Amino acid sequence: MKTTPDAVVSLHTDSLGVSLGSTRALDAVSVSFEPGWTAIVGPNGAGKSTLLRALAGLQTPHSGDVRLHGRTLSAWSDRERAMRIAWLGQQAETTGELTVREVVQLGRLPHHGLFGAPTVQDESIVDAAMHDAECSAWQTRRLHELSGGERQRVLIARALAVDTTVLLLDEPTTHLDPPHQIALVQLLRRRAATGVTVVSVLHDLALALLADRLIVLDRGRLRAVGRSDDATLHAALIEVFGGAIRIERVGARWVPVANLER
Amino acid sequence: MRTLDQQRRRRLATRLGVLSFVLLAAGLAAGSDGWSIRALWETLQHGDAALIVGQIRAPRTLGAWLAGALLGLAGAVAQGLFRNPLADPYLLGSASGASLAVVLVLAASSLTGHGIALATAGAVARLGLVGAAFAGALLGVSLTLVLARGAEQTTRLLLAGVVVGVVLGAASDLVTSAAPDALRGKQAFMLGSTGFLSWGACAVLAAGLLIALPPAWRLARALDALTLGEDAARSLGLSLARVRAALVCALALAIGVAVSQTGLIAFVGLVSPHLVRRFAPAPHGYTLLASAATGGTLLLAADVLARSLIAPQEVPVGVLTALLGGAYLLWLLHRRRIA
Repeated sequence: MKTTPDAVVSLHTDSLGVSLGSTRALDAVSVSFEPGWTAIVGPNGAGKSTLLRALAGLQTPHSGDVRLHGRTLSAWSDRERAMRIAWLGQQAETTGELTVREVVQLGRLPHHGLFGAPTVQDESIVDAAMHDAECSAWQTRRLHELSGGERQRVLIARALAVDTTVLLLDEPTTHLDPPHQIALVQLLRRRAATGVTVVSVLHDLALALLADRLIVLDRGRLRAVGRSDDATLHAALIEVFGGAIRIERVGARWVPVANLER
Repeated sequence: MRTLDQQRRRRLATRLGVLSFVLLAAGLAAGSDGWSIRALWETLQHGDAALIVGQIRAPRTLGAWLAGALLGLAGAVAQGLFRNPLADPYLLGSASGASLAVVLVLAASSLTGHGIALATAGAVARLGLVGAAFAGALLGVSLTLVLARGAEQTTRLLLAGVVVGVVLGAASDLVTSAAPDALRGKQAFMLGSTGFLSWGACAVLAAGLLIALPPAWRLARALDALTLGEDAARSLGLSLARVRAALVCALALAIGVAVSQTGLIAFVGLVSPHLVRRFAPAPHGYTLLASAATGGTLLLAADVLARSLIAPQEVPVGVLTALLGGAYLLWLLHRRRIA
């Protein structure tokens, strides 16, 4: 059950342009996000993380707009926005002495506010998030005592605990071993199946092709949007990676294969 | 069942309470003849007991605890706000700003023929010094933040703090060279002393603590969120500009009030949060309160030692905290290197 009031999410960008210093990181990107799992892919420097940050309201556009339920994102209050959109960045350096549970509890901050106290419902959402991200076993350990992969699972649990209808994850599989990468994919699919709009930036094309939908970016521009079995999308993917990959069908799935013969 | 963390936190709180109580008693007993309960008893038998204990030792003892608490609180706020365990609240321009402001007031008063001495300043003059020190501390920290373009990059922030410290320190030197009468006051200020604390000073310190502690404590969850990085904190709905402004105000108030009454007492603000994290690691809500109590206990212990080590002479308490705090940090660094 979602604690946020919006049953069906509507999130889209309208000619979004973002400049980082003198670099144009995103240029006229118009794309809609719908419930389900969308992966953002593209070469290094394509603007994937910038798009995710703009969707989270962390990056001010220099042109165009991000709209949530038809309302421009900057018109939402910080807390209103945070109750609807959860964001997990690429692993930043964390400091402090918080335990795993205390970190995951921070995910409930937008709901009870700085001056409120967590309710029983908050605690049960925290329990569920830790269970889903498979980190309940170390809830009394400190974040800095964990390995990179363990820490990533805690930070994923923190993002899940916000319990929003939009979940934005930047490279969530970083530091995870293959079994936990697969577990994460299954978790994202389960969340997406409940009507959550899951958007993740992924470097690993094999994982990205498991998403319902892909967005291909290249040098700040939108190159293709489509279902992961869409041939046009595959062609765009091969092109933006300079022909270094092929996409082949293996059983019911599409997988990237290194193109060593080119 | 209580967790290990809760047991540690409770244990530290109990120890700080007991230590503070014992040190408050010791502070009343420590006189110019050294430390003695018997001497205290004899003093109390005399008619001047009310004057010595009530007007000198009691306010000095309580004032030392309160000033230490303000420094400990400021240290915990600075380290949380700047996400850096080495962020001494003085390093970020607050101390140099406060001392420049105090020196300016002292110089202005001496140039206009109304010389103020830190030891004998009246209520109005003291209030003026507090206001100046607060404004100076706020200005110093703000200047550091502007130079560092926010608190995002800790290296830039600490560098900016050092630059602001040097420039404002040079400005203080310039003022004292123009108004030499202010030099003695500045020297006393730089050394740090608990010797002049009166009941009036206690009231100012207590008011400072009562005003700075609640907002800092209320924003402790924001400091917790900041441990995950600034973007993560913003994504959780925090308005970092507002949170930072409130915490910088609390920090500047705590430092401004403390240094206006005791001068620059080194290391208490830096070391107190370290000690709390070592004995009872916890979220900032607890760390802020415990750092204040630890700061109070440390400065009071240093004050009692300063009075009794070479009685009837006194060691300047700022010198003692610098020696003890410096030794502790060196030991900490050495231990970490071995680890």
